[in-house]
Amino acid sequence: MLYINCPHCGMRSQNEFSYGGDASVKRPKLNKEVSDQEWDNFVYNRKSLRGKHLELWQHISGCRQWIKVERDTATHEIFRTFKADEEVA
Amino acid sequence: MQKYSIFNLVKNAFSNHQNWDLAWKDPTPKEEYDVVIIGGGGHGLATAYYLAKEHNITKVAIIEKGWIGGGNVGRNTTIIRSNYMHDENGLFSEFGMDLWRKMSQDLNYNVMFSPRGIINLAHSDAQMNAYARRGNSMRLNGIDAVLLNREQVKEIIPMADFSHNVRFPIFGGLMQPSAGTARHDAVAWGYARQADSMGVDIIQNCEVIGFDVSAGKINGIRTSRGNIKAKKVGLCVAGSTNILAEKLNMTLPIETHLLQACVSEPIKPVLDNVVTFGAGHFYVSQSDKGEMVMGGDLDGYNSYAQRGNLPTLQHVLTEGIAMMPFLSKLKMLRTWGGIMDMSMDGSPIIDKTHIEGLYLNCGWCYGGFKATPASGWTFAHTIAQDRVHELNAGYSLNRFSTGHLIDEKGLGTKTWIS
Repeated sequence: MLYINCPHCGMRSQNEFSYGGDASVKRPKLNKEVSDQEWDNFVYNRKSLRGKHLELWQHISGCRQWIKVERDTATHEIFRTFKADEEVA
Repeated sequence: MQKYSIFNLVKNAFSNHQNWDLAWKDPTPKEEYDVVIIGGGGHGLATAYYLAKEHNITKVAIIEKGWIGGGNVGRNTTIIRSNYMHDENGLFSEFGMDLWRKMSQDLNYNVMFSPRGIINLAHSDAQMNAYARRGNSMRLNGIDAVLLNREQVKEIIPMADFSHNVRFPIFGGLMQPSAGTARHDAVAWGYARQADSMGVDIIQNCEVIGFDVSAGKINGIRTSRGNIKAKKVGLCVAGSTNILAEKLNMTLPIETHLLQACVSEPIKPVLDNVVTFGAGHFYVSQSDKGEMVMGGDLDGYNSYAQRGNLPTLQHVLTEGIAMMPFLSKLKMLRTWGGIMDMSMDGSPIIDKTHIEGLYLNCGWCYGGFKATPASGWTFAHTIAQDRVHELNAGYSLNRFSTGHLIDEKGLGTKTWIS
């Protein structure tokens, strides 16, 4: 069982969360021509890192907020959690 | 190579089976090969075998970080089927079914292929319609499919829950009678033994550290046991695809996820077929040892840990008990996990890459084991001829950017969408 520290609600079990994938993916800015390659990278291509991975989770059975979680994909250790709009250094 | 036969068995009995040849050798890496296959799993071993057998390319090495057959080919639930609707998947898998039927003879190794049939249960009228459509598509591609009504299903699997108060009553099912199971370790060992006998070097405990690429062309690989020159390199590393892609500065439409399976204590024969639950993701069959072999959903988050987590197992087995209540009486014997190369549309990739001489075989999601022979055969063709075969033409790497997705069930990385 993973325990995720929701920045809004505190420590909760993974059963309350749903996973949202890589949080480092940025949607292309729409104020310019977006190439197929850029869309491709945004929609499909992923680094899928082994080790520290910044990812989105939604506290679906809690506050229903999206949050960011820094987790190790090899050990499942969770290091830090952030609100969705927090910049991660 | 010694042939495995009743005569050799009797002959070796006189020396207490102490004098059998090794099934494959343990060579030191040579300086150069025509083709290097990275990954000594089912697909890598099959690729090397078909390179030697079909294309007469025998200066081949298989580079494996651990030991052969230690990854997903030894961690799956051994199901073999071709019950796909889309042409790309159906024709590819049905080609594989032919190879499965001949495999034990072909490899001189008993892979215990058991065509016991697979039944996908339907739990609503809409699902029956969808299965009728899929069954018709399968039959158009020459794949056997039978639509069963509730009574027919009940005759085959009376132990399923046919009471009327259940949340997901069984309306019927789609059966592929020629589908089945095989002994997964034997598949890896059979391919390894034959590949070795034709001159392929199987190099274990050898980790790939990097690639030697210059002017858009592959020249070789760097490993923990030294540099190896190669004209062509094929990647067959399933859940480790992204790790190697990073070394090649490639970003792929693949995420690595964790998938669990489990077996119960052995019981007397109760289930003849493979059965899948249609209102969730759960499947079960009974092994020759009598264990109920079960599996279902991904754990749901990116992972390289080859071990699972209990909440998913609990969720999967809840579905199992809803389908076959007697499963709740069984004790769990073992659970394990493997790491899956989940492609974004749920279908695999067997293709060339933008680097000349580098070939990619990945994205097998839940269905890598059954694809072993067809994947090896088509990948060997792609490498040997430097062009894709019509069977794997649809499994291109650029289909994501061109929009030619093969979204059989939408079972890619985002399982919650399905």
